Amino acid sequence: MFKQISALTKLNIRSIPQRWGMSLATVFSVALVVLVLMAFLAMANGFRATLSGSGSTEVAVMLRKGAQAELNSGVSLAQLRLIREAPGIARNADGNSIVSGELYVIVDGLKRTTMTDVNLPLRGVEPDALVLRQGLKITHGHMFSSGSNELIVGEAILREFAGFDLGSEVRLGTATWKVVGVFSTGGTVFESEIWADAGSIQSLYQRGSGYQSVRAKLDGADGLKALQDWAENEPTLDLDIITEKEFFSSQASGITNIILYMGWPLAIIMAFGALAGAWNTMYASVEARTREIATLRAIGFAGFAAFVSTLVEALLLAFVGGLVGSMIAWLVFNGISASTLGGNFTQVVFAFEVTGEAVQSGIVMALIIGLLGGIIPSIRAARVPLLSVHSG
Amino acid sequence: MSNTEPLYVLRGLSKQYSRGKETIPIFSGLDMEIAHGEFIAIMGPSGSGKTTLLNQLGGIDSPTTGEVTFDGKRIDNLGQGALAKWRSDNVGFIFQFYNLMPTLTAAQNVELPLLLSPVKGSERKKRVATALEIVGIGDRAKHYPRQLSGGQQQRVAIARAIVADPKVLLCDEPTGDLDRTSADEVLEMLQLLNTKMGKTIIMVTHDPAAAKYAKTELFLDKGKFIKRGGKK
Ligand SMILES: Nc1ncnc2c1ncn2[C@@H]1O[C@H](COP(=O)(O)OP(=O)(O)OP(=O)(O)O)[C@@H](O)[C@H]1O
Ligand SMILES: [Mg+2]
Repeated sequence: MFKQISALTKLNIRSIPQRWGMSLATVFSVALVVLVLMAFLAMANGFRATLSGSGSTEVAVMLRKGAQAELNSGVSLAQLRLIREAPGIARNADGNSIVSGELYVIVDGLKRTTMTDVNLPLRGVEPDALVLRQGLKITHGHMFSSGSNELIVGEAILREFAGFDLGSEVRLGTATWKVVGVFSTGGTVFESEIWADAGSIQSLYQRGSGYQSVRAKLDGADGLKALQDWAENEPTLDLDIITEKEFFSSQASGITNIILYMGWPLAIIMAFGALAGAWNTMYASVEARTREIATLRAIGFAGFAAFVSTLVEALLLAFVGGLVGSMIAWLVFNGISASTLGGNFTQVVFAFEVTGEAVQSGIVMALIIGLLGGIIPSIRAARVPLLSVHSG
Repeated sequence: MSNTEPLYVLRGLSKQYSRGKETIPIFSGLDMEIAHGEFIAIMGPSGSGKTTLLNQLGGIDSPTTGEVTFDGKRIDNLGQGALAKWRSDNVGFIFQFYNLMPTLTAAQNVELPLLLSPVKGSERKKRVATALEIVGIGDRAKHYPRQLSGGQQQRVAIARAIVADPKVLLCDEPTGDLDRTSADEVLEMLQLLNTKMGKTIIMVTHDPAAAKYAKTELFLDKGKFIKRGGKK
């Protein structure tokens, strides 16, 4: 039976050039579906990678209980002072705990590519913020001085949004700021932020002495537990304390789900179009080969061999389409930079990431299209009436 | 060598097609025996059922009623799979329009029936070469059907029909699409296969000149056979 099937499969595949146009159209429609799917998957993956790469397991993030995002959180100066003395937090050479009280406000920006208004995050930080972001480097200019109207901006901000060039004056809200430095954090979400002195933000945005979040360097693996246990017993501290990594992955999941919920249905709707194309092509293939198939059956080949060989043709066309789609996706999307709304309703800049897993999903989708599009024509091939040997 | 049992025995063979409520009888109650080593030409007007009869003999269609016995074994009641196996073991088909696979070379076309047998690759190549030699186009093994004349294509089809060494060759208008010269060459070939290799041949033809190559000429009309003579 295997000899039969392989002989008929070869025969089918050799006959594809006789249907170049249709076969090619099938390959391209499948490729298009896979391309769209991959675009969304690459977006979701890139976003997820950027956010989860941003979080450290050695840094604790503290927000008001139930706040979930920095934007709607609040931490008072009294609470911050208490945290500075808390156990489980690492200390620097001077014996001071490594803690940064931070503020987070939204400012307007202009996206370079589309010249549209977007929300950008302005973060007020204390000096320890630099130590709390691993790999942070000032790549151009210098750190802002405390109490000033100076800003430093992440490299992604510089790249994607207009008006933040080093040395330029920027109007944010009612105040005018000066960009004095550019920093890099190796592609994490912080590169999509603008930083200024926490004190300046407090006064310019009428925040009094309050903060929105507190970050602290944890003292070893047990640090988090120690900190959490301690906070439990401090009645004035009503805070959620989690690692920064956890914080970002919870932020990422909402957005990546939205991307995926948009991507999959669109790809599936398009897949129906491709399926109809594949069905049509395979139907034409069987139609064109009716007398050949009947002749082979008369010679003694089994209907099952005709079925399998036709299905293999469909799967092959779809598979090639899947490969082409993935290839194009990889060439075009992989690494391209994009920005979208992050968990705080501000822009997060991230790179598309075409992963092996996404390629796998694309190929599987292509094969499903081939299978569903090919099955009925294949059954038809198996049922070609033997009397068709006489058809002209 | 001599086999006194007939190769085919047809008993009360009837075939009718139904078109809507109407049933169209093609033939009914046909009785017939065909001996081993026969070469029969079946003539008759268009629509008289010649092809339909050949389909019953070749097991690619089943009779409405009646029995077809081949070599002592009923074939009219075999299932699809068994019938396919029977065809590959016993029958070589030759069609008016050759029915070659356009994307396969002559040799690959001829090899097809052997793919259904346990014959090994190298042995297959040998048998294909022999079959092509027998029909006189050994030098065209690598040509595709479109590179061959009608007569040459029919020779390839004959090579394909005989390569698995079947007992019977069933030919439907084998020269219907050929000029006189090519037709005569093909008919001589069939005659040779009959006399030298002992193949039983049943050939449907419109052409009285073609029928002359057969040992027996039969005339089918209104569902009945009229024997018109032969050389024996
Ligand atoms: N599948 C079918 N369904 C209905 N009627 C059919 C079918 N096949 C053949 N017939 C009818 O049966 C009759 C005999 O057909 P058949 O092909 O056997 O004739 P034939 O003698 O071979 O004719 P020709 O010399 O033209 O080839 C014709 O009237 C034809 O229309
Ligand atoms: Mg006919």
